[in-house]
Amino acid sequence: MKSGKAIDGPPAGSAEDGGTLLRFITCGSVEDGKSTLLGRLLYDADVLSDDQLAALEADSKQTGTRNGDLDYALLLDGLAAEREQAITIDVAYRLFSTARRKFIAADTPGHEQYTRNMVTGASTADLAVVLVDARKGLLPQTRRHTTIVAMLGVRHVVLAVTKMDLVDYEEATFRAIERDYRAFAQRVGIGAVVAIPLSGVHGDNVRRPLGNTPWYDGPTLLDHLERVELEDGRATRPFRMPVQSVNRPHPDFRGVAGTVASGVVRPGDRVMIQPSGRDTRVTRIVTQDGDLACAVPPQAVTLTFADDVDAGRGDVVCAHDAPVHTADQFEATLVWMHEAPMLRGRSYLMKLGPRQATATIAPLKYKVHVDTLEHLASDSLRMNEIGVCELALDRPIAFEPYAVNRDLGGFILIDRLTNETVGAGMLHFALRRADNLHWQALDIDKRARAAQKGQRPCVVWFTGLSGAGKSTIANLVEKKLHALGRHTVLLDGDNVRHGLNRDLGFTAADRVENIRRIAEVSKLMVDAGLIVLTAFISPFRSERRMARALLEADEFIEVHVDTPLAVAEARDAKGLYAKARRGDLPNFTGIDSPYEAPEQPEIRIDTTVMSPEAAAEHIVECLCRRPGG
Amino acid sequence: MSAVAVPEPVQRRLLSTGPDPMSTTTPATTAPPAGAARLPVLSPLDRLEAESIHLLREVVAEAQKPVMLYSIGKDSSVMLHLARKAFHPGPLPFPLLHVDTTWKFQAMYAMRQAIAAEPGIELIVHENPEARALGINPFTHGSSVHTDVWKTQGLRQALEKHGFDAAFGGARRDEEKSRAKERMVSFRSAQHRWDPKNQRPELWRLFNLRKRKGESFRAFPLSNWTELDVWRYIERERIGVVPLYFAAQRPVVLREGALIMVDDARMPLHPGEVPMRRKVRFRTLGCYPLTGAIDSQAETVAQIIAEMSASTSSERAGRLIDHDASASMERKKQEGYF
Repeated sequence: MKSGKAIDGPPAGSAEDGGTLLRFITCGSVEDGKSTLLGRLLYDADVLSDDQLAALEADSKQTGTRNGDLDYALLLDGLAAEREQAITIDVAYRLFSTARRKFIAADTPGHEQYTRNMVTGASTADLAVVLVDARKGLLPQTRRHTTIVAMLGVRHVVLAVTKMDLVDYEEATFRAIERDYRAFAQRVGIGAVVAIPLSGVHGDNVRRPLGNTPWYDGPTLLDHLERVELEDGRATRPFRMPVQSVNRPHPDFRGVAGTVASGVVRPGDRVMIQPSGRDTRVTRIVTQDGDLACAVPPQAVTLTFADDVDAGRGDVVCAHDAPVHTADQFEATLVWMHEAPMLRGRSYLMKLGPRQATATIAPLKYKVHVDTLEHLASDSLRMNEIGVCELALDRPIAFEPYAVNRDLGGFILIDRLTNETVGAGMLHFALRRADNLHWQALDIDKRARAAQKGQRPCVVWFTGLSGAGKSTIANLVEKKLHALGRHTVLLDGDNVRHGLNRDLGFTAADRVENIRRIAEVSKLMVDAGLIVLTAFISPFRSERRMARALLEADEFIEVHVDTPLAVAEARDAKGLYAKARRGDLPNFTGIDSPYEAPEQPEIRIDTTVMSPEAAAEHIVECLCRRPGG
Repeated sequence: MSAVAVPEPVQRRLLSTGPDPMSTTTPATTAPPAGAARLPVLSPLDRLEAESIHLLREVVAEAQKPVMLYSIGKDSSVMLHLARKAFHPGPLPFPLLHVDTTWKFQAMYAMRQAIAAEPGIELIVHENPEARALGINPFTHGSSVHTDVWKTQGLRQALEKHGFDAAFGGARRDEEKSRAKERMVSFRSAQHRWDPKNQRPELWRLFNLRKRKGESFRAFPLSNWTELDVWRYIERERIGVVPLYFAAQRPVVLREGALIMVDDARMPLHPGEVPMRRKVRFRTLGCYPLTGAIDSQAETVAQIIAEMSASTSSERAGRLIDHDASASMERKKQEGYF
């Protein structure tokens, strides 16, 4: 990574180093002839080896769909599972190079998970090849592909009109598709479109014209891929480098390691560390090959500073005169990628570069109909759906809008329980209120209030099935604490739903919001110095975990009031189970909505062996044993 | 060390304790004149290098106990070189792990010894004790059983024994069809299984390294490198590799169309079979009875690159294990093979 190469070494684009690098994505379905076209491209580009060609010939005879003629699509169908079912499962990356360029092609299959895979492939692409079957013209899926490409900020688009052989290479057909497509592309903000008439099966305009389209005088596909100019504007923007790690092998060296996201950095440059706002100067750009005089995107370097500033993983080193902004509330486009739908009010882990935060999704503004670009009202997002929403983070982060910088504006959302990547998003802008809203540093704090009351505030969170005995036990606990002179408050499911949460129903999304509000109210009350008792079914682990995360480590005491469903149902004090069984009460926990039992509650009460009185006594004992309790 | 016949410039690299002394003294870039817009232009190799270093740093930052699978081949050599760059001037923040089968080429063991002797290197060698007790070998048991017991089971044992939760591997997407679908950071269940239908989406340069206890990751810094990229990088960076990659006269026998080198006395010869001396080299290195040589005159890295540019057979063609069964690599990977 000697950046001096440009000066002393071979010029960029020389064959010696494989020329430049182009990452592209192919968008289209099997029916559009996508695999055939990409396979044909590899075949015509002379990048296949003898044994690959021999395997292609053998496979074409055995499993091909072209009566023994070469079936170029077989070059791409990687997994046995796919070959058997004639489908493609996931994003595949093909590497090939010609004398001019090295290519990384992301090949994404059609079918239901299309959006998720395409978004993945497009996230790193410089160029997109959008396929349209000449016989069919623009389809809803063409618009979908184009919308996603535009959303992910892919600047170059090739409109590949395939199967021209099946429309007798008619110019009028091609021009009509081209005209329609350009109109749509403009609507979504894509300017640079190159339209090419092609036949994957015969090879027209893949590498050579072959004479069937004399009316077309543009480049062939391979020509265009090899020559399209990749202006990379990142280097001309202000300097930004997210910190991946601190490198401190011995007391005399302290550097921060990272990949330059934009701009140029040189020793002596004045920089700012965000979000802390500390400023310093860069002293060295350290690499194993020697110090550099400058570094540009996407070089991976280690910087040292003139001052002993505090910079750690997730911070952003940026130009002092043009620092990145920080905020904790944003508007963003969100692409949902998981079978479990997005739930409003639920919190997810957000990863943006090396920075992690907890993000809560505020109500969705709208869902985007990707085929028509219509805005639809919606409460949640299902897999492969795209929407625009507001996000609230638990801490400020340094960012840039995605349209300006993919590295500082693109993020993923991770489910806190399953650890799966459930969504991806692109930041638009910070919401102004985050800028204006500063935490008031108050002189009287939680500690002061608690000291006045002579107690340690906490939340005792009762969870369990309906009818398990949560309210009964919580009531008894409160009485005992009150008698001991403790200051308490009891939040009960039914009571809260009559007031604070009377706008909420019992769908999964509403249950999440219900618990979120309870958790926030509990936190405020803990700040006020109170011992808070909450009695809610709170069926989902994820929400209980969220509530726990709002508080300090030893302030959350989860009490599992453990009653087998059969026992709770037999008690049925309110007659709810009977109703639910009749189907009159949908989404009833334990009947047609799940209850996720706590894995490690602080206290577990088995109501089949313990009376409410004994349970309450046990809980109060546990509370009193806490230091300062 | 004397057993490793490494070309002269390479040998210096192999022996040097840190960065190449020739390039540390002078800064690589001279400052451009004030106001000049002349900036370094990165080649594809520069970009690949940066991407790999980024990945190495991400995984090390988030894993609790990472390890680098070191298989002694050229890809491992490049990966180790990249790791040194990623954490310079600090030491390597993880040990190397060689899952041995006892059937590697002698020259590979010499190289391993040389690497293990370098300062700052902690090399763990794991040999599956069951395989050793059962005397598993490719001649009696066939390549399938041999690979499964020594390598797949051996790797799982080693990862569990040391509690490694992330393992770097030198696999490249251009090697084999099922590799093309592998993520750069690939999730493994507590049973070390790969589920190709249930992979985490991988966007931008963001890797989700969250997991539960017992689960782990395989990370592939060389995912987007081709064989040619690897050789060009070895040439540019003067990285030491096992001499078997360079053409020399070697004793070989022809079996099932593959040139197998008679590397030690354990190789049973068929009746009437006499090893012949041929000028050959290896494109890929594994267990010697399972690795076919190719006829070649390429004695230097530059000649290898020239030969490859004209070459018409793919790299893994010399690996007998890949031909064992259709879709064998995919199956092996699902079972936990690297």
